[in-house]
Amino acid sequence: MRIHGAGLRAWVVQRLTAMFMAGFILAAIILLLATPPGSYTAWREWIAHPVLSLASALFFASLLMHAWVGMRDVIMDYISSTGIRFCLLVVVGGFLFAMAMWVLRVLFVSSVI
Amino acid sequence: MAIVRKHKRPVYLNLFQIHFPVGAVVSITHRISGILMFALIPVLIYMLEQSVSTAQGYARVVQILDTLPVRIILVMVIWAFAHHVFNGIRQLLIDIDIGVSREGSRRSAWTVIVAGVMVLGFAAVALL
Repeated sequence: MRIHGAGLRAWVVQRLTAMFMAGFILAAIILLLATPPGSYTAWREWIAHPVLSLASALFFASLLMHAWVGMRDVIMDYISSTGIRFCLLVVVGGFLFAMAMWVLRVLFVSSVI
Repeated sequence: MAIVRKHKRPVYLNLFQIHFPVGAVVSITHRISGILMFALIPVLIYMLEQSVSTAQGYARVVQILDTLPVRIILVMVIWAFAHHVFNGIRQLLIDIDIGVSREGSRRSAWTVIVAGVMVLGFAAVALL
């Protein structure tokens, strides 16, 4: 397995996703306070806005990558046994991948993206 | 707790006796808030799914978010999120060498704690 620079890449991903998510959440809060959607159709329209829907998809991608790096750090810090560490990483990684598939389906099926 | 160590050096891990500087406290709460939000990711996606799929789903999400126990949980999550983000910003600043000194990092750690509690206050007033 190629592990050259794996730690640096994880660190960069964590920082980049963090900054994007912080900016997105701030913008989303401001938008929600300025133009709050009051009904189902209003909410659908609000979230289907071309820029916002794309940013939302990016937000979820960022969230899952950020969570992966975080959980990976926690597992590496507290689990010293290689076998248990591997199993936990697989479980957490699989869970996050499943979340990615789920949110992708939600966004596509509801025509948000 | 049986942790296998390859060395024979003595280890002291009595968390109740070790004195933790404020930076250590903020560090572990940063981690705990992160793990908490990780566990809530499926809840987030579920609520999104319900709210965009059908009008009944949307109404159900609004109704659930209106109940008191859920609003209390929401206030706690908002606090965890704010605290996590504030310490995250503190970490990013430390990355670019702002607040690296002992005094600076202690001050910024206390700022993170106070700012988080302020958000908790606002959220509690707004939602409860």
